[in-house]
Amino acid sequence: MSTEQVEDLVQRRYDAGFVTDIESDTVPPGLDESVVRLISAKKEEPEWMLEWRLAAFRRWLEMDEPEWAHVHYPKIDFQDISYYSAPKTEPKYQSWDEVDPKLIETYDKLGVPLHERAKLAGVAVDAVFDSVSVGTTFRKELAEAGVIFCSFSEAVKDYPELVKQYLGSVVPPGDNYYAALNSAVFSDGSFVFIPKGVRCPMELSTYFRINELNTGQFERTLIVAEDDSYVSYLEGCTAPMRDENQLHAAVVELVALDRAQIKYSTVQNWYPGDEEGKGGIYNFVTKRGDCRGVDSKISWTQVETGSAVTWKYPSCILRGDGSSGEFYSVALTHNFQQADTGTKMVHIGRNTKSHIISKGISAGRGQNAYRGLVQVHRRADNARNYTQCDSLLIGDRCGAHTFPYIETRNPTANVEHEASTSKISEDQLFYCLQRGIGEEDAVSMIVDGFCKEVFRELPMEFAVEAKKLLEVSLEGAVG
Amino acid sequence: MLKIENLHAEVGGKEILKGLSLEVAAGEVAAIMGPNGSGKSTLANVLSGRPGYEVTQGRVSYQGEDLLALSPEERACAGVFLAFQYPVEIPGVNNTYFLRAALNAQRKARGEDELDSMEFLKLVREKLKTLHIKDDLLHRAVNEGFSGGEKKRNEVFQMAVLEPRLGILDETDSGLDIDALKIVADGVNQLRGEDRAFVVVTHYQRLLDYIVPDSVHVLADGQIVKSGDKDLALKLESEGYGWVARESAA
Repeated sequence: MSTEQVEDLVQRRYDAGFVTDIESDTVPPGLDESVVRLISAKKEEPEWMLEWRLAAFRRWLEMDEPEWAHVHYPKIDFQDISYYSAPKTEPKYQSWDEVDPKLIETYDKLGVPLHERAKLAGVAVDAVFDSVSVGTTFRKELAEAGVIFCSFSEAVKDYPELVKQYLGSVVPPGDNYYAALNSAVFSDGSFVFIPKGVRCPMELSTYFRINELNTGQFERTLIVAEDDSYVSYLEGCTAPMRDENQLHAAVVELVALDRAQIKYSTVQNWYPGDEEGKGGIYNFVTKRGDCRGVDSKISWTQVETGSAVTWKYPSCILRGDGSSGEFYSVALTHNFQQADTGTKMVHIGRNTKSHIISKGISAGRGQNAYRGLVQVHRRADNARNYTQCDSLLIGDRCGAHTFPYIETRNPTANVEHEASTSKISEDQLFYCLQRGIGEEDAVSMIVDGFCKEVFRELPMEFAVEAKKLLEVSLEGAVG
Repeated sequence: MLKIENLHAEVGGKEILKGLSLEVAAGEVAAIMGPNGSGKSTLANVLSGRPGYEVTQGRVSYQGEDLLALSPEERACAGVFLAFQYPVEIPGVNNTYFLRAALNAQRKARGEDELDSMEFLKLVREKLKTLHIKDDLLHRAVNEGFSGGEKKRNEVFQMAVLEPRLGILDETDSGLDIDALKIVADGVNQLRGEDRAFVVVTHYQRLLDYIVPDSVHVLADGQIVKSGDKDLALKLESEGYGWVARESAA
């Protein structure tokens, strides 16, 4: 089989690319202090929240856009983006019957049923549409367990003390350019609070959808797990197919106190752009977890198949003694997609451990870079890290790059890094064909095998979705 | 079952097969022998449809059908099985899963019901037992980290499960110790039957002590230059290929 044929196989079909025709309340493009004030006013926020936003905005004005990532895209005109868009019908959180049926239909099409009757078994969902949350399922059941799971806007109103205590404590507003922008204009997102000793009775999930043209999505997620608690959280995202690039700059903060465990899984399927590289989402995201307590654990699992440009490094600050961080990642780039993704593991406490498994798949002219930092501080005795970084190339016009940074200031540290690059070879494909397995099945089987170590970290429902997503991404013109 | 007429094939623009003709009847085991570079592996690859092997002339009919018109997977589903000279590793893909996908793809193509996990596992365990192969093979990834002998055993195991009509063994004996050789031979002998045929490509006579062929064909410079029964293989073993070449040149 020729290289072109192999590439044909990975021509994708983007299933989530439809637009929902719904009347929206969208502010005109442009960004200045008045827009920040407007967003805050629309969300009926308290004064302290507005002040927090404005401080972040002023920081942002003084910052420069980062250019160190291994990605190339035209300069973003931040005055050309609308920073707030919401469906006009006001959602009523008490009853799903009052939510615009078009919205429910949208999520149905995406495989995320919100209706009482059709709710996903065992998964509570917060659905975020453009700038607002349209509703959260299973609220009552969760409340009985003492778990708070709501939209970020509600949290600001209903749990101001918790938000004040933890917001920006992991990713400060001035952390980086996009985090500062997010802190100024963030619209909605999810808030999760697991009290002491509670094991969250079900998976929590937020489903993000960008719909409106020329709108940026800036959501904020904050998860706090108190002592001896556990939560597994899933995040999914899609957007319509549009010729224009759209910006998604999210911030996710996780806080794990003593012996708490947070498992955060993402299946990212933002619109990747077409075969010529036109359109697609710019996904510039700051995700960071703080293992603040002793023996706490934070685990990031991500399957990245979408976005035109991805710039994302879910990280763990291993502050508590005996804490551990994990990062499992599959990133697929195809056509003209570019991804610069990886993780940071910062060992501060004693006896801290981190484990990194990164799988990059490049097809078409896709460019895939792993960028990882393992940092061991002076006091972090007996820190352990293991990093494994594998790249799979499909065809001969794509690229894989690895940028590992290792900084250790403690002689007892044990840091291991392994890397490999391989190609789906014609030999492998022919071997499958000779056994009677068709081309598409063969490619997805080989890719699936390559990703196995990451897929088994995903919760069951997501593992199935992720596998399907890769299959669709690898689906092509055969037959 | 298999009829090859005046087959010419090129690899990278270089003609390797130069008018090869061969007939293999149902129930027959045909051994193809010949010196290095004579075109033995090319023949195996052309029959199974490997990309990069271009047929420039000639015909191959298999069970009355034009074999060369079929894609590699169609040939597989029609019962053509190639035991690879160099079996390929597919990291992370479980051997059992792979084999079940293969068997079910073939069954589906033939209009038969697919086997579920339980039925399949039962079948696989039976085959392992009759072939005296350890079942740790089932839990590993396809050929990943296998020794040379294990890879060849895995090929024979796959063949036993897929039960092909036409089995082509491409130097499956190379690099095997005597125990592994017996397992390979066993796999073929157990499948031998009236409605099956085998083409056994080998460089050495050794394998033919265990798989006794019905016919032996000597391939030299892209053509079959001599055919005979199993005694021909013994003669080749003791006298080498030189006399055949001289005889055919004369």
